[in-house]
Amino acid sequence: MDVKNFNTIPETIPIKKIVKETDTIWTFQFEYNLESKPGQFLMLWIPGVDEKPFSIAYDDGKEFWLTIAKVGSATEELFKLKEGDLIGIRGPFGTHYKWEKGKHLVLLAGGYGAAPLYGLARAAVEDGCKVDFVVGARSEDLLLYEERVSALGSNVTYHAATDDGSKGHEGYNTEILEEIIASKDGEGVSKIYACGPEMMMKRAAEIARDKGIKSELALERYMKCGFGVCGQCCVDETGVCVCKEGTVFDGERALGFSEFGKYHRDSMGKKVEW
Amino acid sequence: MSDKLWAMANLKVNFCGVEFENPTVLASGVLGVTSASLKRVVEMGAGGVTTKSIWMEEHKGHKNPTMFGTEHFFLNAVGLSDAGIEKARGLFAEYGEPAGSGAKNVRPAPVIASIVAGKQSEFADLTEEIVKSRPDILEVNISCPNVEDEFGIPFACDLLLAADVTKVVRRKLDELGSKIPMIVKLSPNVPNIGRIAKACADEGADGFCAINTVGPGMVIDLKTRKPILANRVGGVSGPAIKPIAVKAVNDIHKATGLPIIGTGGVMTGEDAIEMMMAGATLVGMGTMVYYREVGGFGEVVKEMGDWCDANGVEVVGDLIGSIK
Ligand SMILES: Cc1cc2nc3c(=O)[nH]c(=O)nc-3n(C[C@H](O)[C@H](O)[C@H](O)COP(=O)(O)OP(=O)(O)OC[C@H]3O[C@@H](n4cnc5c(N)ncnc54)[C@H](O)[C@@H]3O)c2cc1C
Ligand SMILES: Cc1cc2nc3c(=O)[nH]c(=O)nc-3n(C[C@H](O)[C@H](O)[C@H](O)COP(=O)(O)O)c2cc1C
Repeated sequence: MDVKNFNTIPETIPIKKIVKETDTIWTFQFEYNLESKPGQFLMLWIPGVDEKPFSIAYDDGKEFWLTIAKVGSATEELFKLKEGDLIGIRGPFGTHYKWEKGKHLVLLAGGYGAAPLYGLARAAVEDGCKVDFVVGARSEDLLLYEERVSALGSNVTYHAATDDGSKGHEGYNTEILEEIIASKDGEGVSKIYACGPEMMMKRAAEIARDKGIKSELALERYMKCGFGVCGQCCVDETGVCVCKEGTVFDGERALGFSEFGKYHRDSMGKKVEW
Repeated sequence: MSDKLWAMANLKVNFCGVEFENPTVLASGVLGVTSASLKRVVEMGAGGVTTKSIWMEEHKGHKNPTMFGTEHFFLNAVGLSDAGIEKARGLFAEYGEPAGSGAKNVRPAPVIASIVAGKQSEFADLTEEIVKSRPDILEVNISCPNVEDEFGIPFACDLLLAADVTKVVRRKLDELGSKIPMIVKLSPNVPNIGRIAKACADEGADGFCAINTVGPGMVIDLKTRKPILANRVGGVSGPAIKPIAVKAVNDIHKATGLPIIGTGGVMTGEDAIEMMMAGATLVGMGTMVYYREVGGFGEVVKEMGDWCDANGVEVVGDLIGSIK
């Protein structure tokens, strides 16, 4: 088990800085050596309120960031907190993205999926990789991380797709993915990484499989413990815990989960269709 | 250490007439939400599995944090979240039909249905529903400490209430003509667990599962001065509670002589052997998954076999209640 000394009691630390990406998506920054790898997540405890899983967007050994969308009761309480307020962390948990030095990678992000993929892009560029970073959103104002990704240098290309065409390609980001692969430059793509809505990830994994390219996806399921005990995030029909053996899975493996792209479960274990 | 692949000892046990390939079973509430998850636990080596406790209706449970651990103990207050009998029906259908039923999809190992309710009458209704899914054993959970705000102290902490629930379920099973063995899951948080077990035995319990979690306990964050569990308090499990569990199992064994699923702090094959010596026929493990992951089931089974072989024990069942 990769949890040090089996201690998973949340540790409370102050929020160092809050950066507003959009009205409802903020990045919370902490000064702390999390020792995480790109694609991992942690459990964030809002003392006295609730505790929820969030992907780690950035971790340089001195600070880490979480980019969080306000979607419900816990995140609403979180958005009331201020810099300096205490918050609890447990983790990091889960598997991480894997890449090889000097390869051409395509990263496909939907919604806040851009945040953890930024962490991957940053690490991969340091390893001499060339990265196409493809983000999809409803409209331009919801596109995340453009400046940070572009600032990673000339080895990274930021592509945007919006539903309303307000920026970049009008349509799905998977269409850009297909274009990149079909282009001359696309012949060298060694892996596709996807993080975002499940249907988007499924499409990405299918495209990758059809082209004989490897892929990695970060699955989301309802989580309570984060370390493979409660059984809340087990997927059919393998019974694999997403929090422990994922959240990052090989695309091929994820396509083999019978529930993938079909349903997930709520906090009581009841099936909910996507 | 030997490097043989198979234990020579016979690890099979019979619990209330149900055959188990080995004495290990998954305890209720851990990896028990879905059929696929239960099947995986069997694949990893468990002799049997217990569902997460099933309610008649949907039950939300507590907010997070619901659990965490340290080297020594684990604390949880899940609050018995469950989607009710309808979901449970689906789970049993996916898990498969009883061994010897001649059905195509035979279950990979016995499944114990854990049921929970807030009132005696609900236990009766739930029993009626659950037997339709033909679990191998019915486990009546009267000992969860994490729903006290809702339901007051657990039935298992009051001799008369514990006996009464047992009677209600027994009567219902008899009325239905059901032969499913019924065991009662007891709480260690009582002055004399043997007396409570005896009272349940007198009302028709076929066996017991002991223990549920200890406490409740509390962990406070020093900086915010807030208890960490959303429920503030939770049940203690894991390595720290093993001596309490071993003693409780031995007390129940002496008081009733009925079969017991000895549960609480079992992490290794030797822990399991100790539990059997105290009087357990089966050995339940929940928190072990935190320390050894789901693969721990097969490892514990192997360790039990190794211990038997090294100590000249040919049939593991001979160890039951062999404490001197
Ligand atoms: C591995 C993982 C990584 C995630 N990373 C991010 C991230 O980087 N940024 C971000 O904004 N969100 C992320 N999420 C989703 C985030 O956990 C939910 O948005 C959050 O829990 C919502 O809580 P709420 O009380 O505000 O909303 P609620 O009203 O409780 O729920 C809104 C929706 O959030 C989801 N959700 C709620 N609780 C959980 C839970 N315990 N586990 C999983 N999903 C839940 C449900 O699908 C629900 O429909 C991640 C989820 C997982 C599993
Ligand atoms: C996360 C968790 C959830 C649990 N849920 C239940 C439950 O739903 N029903 C029940 O009877 N016991 C439940 N228990 C108690 C266990 O089944 C077991 O009796 C107890 O944890 C002691 O065994 P252990 O040390 O092997 O975990 C739960 C325990 C844990 C750790």
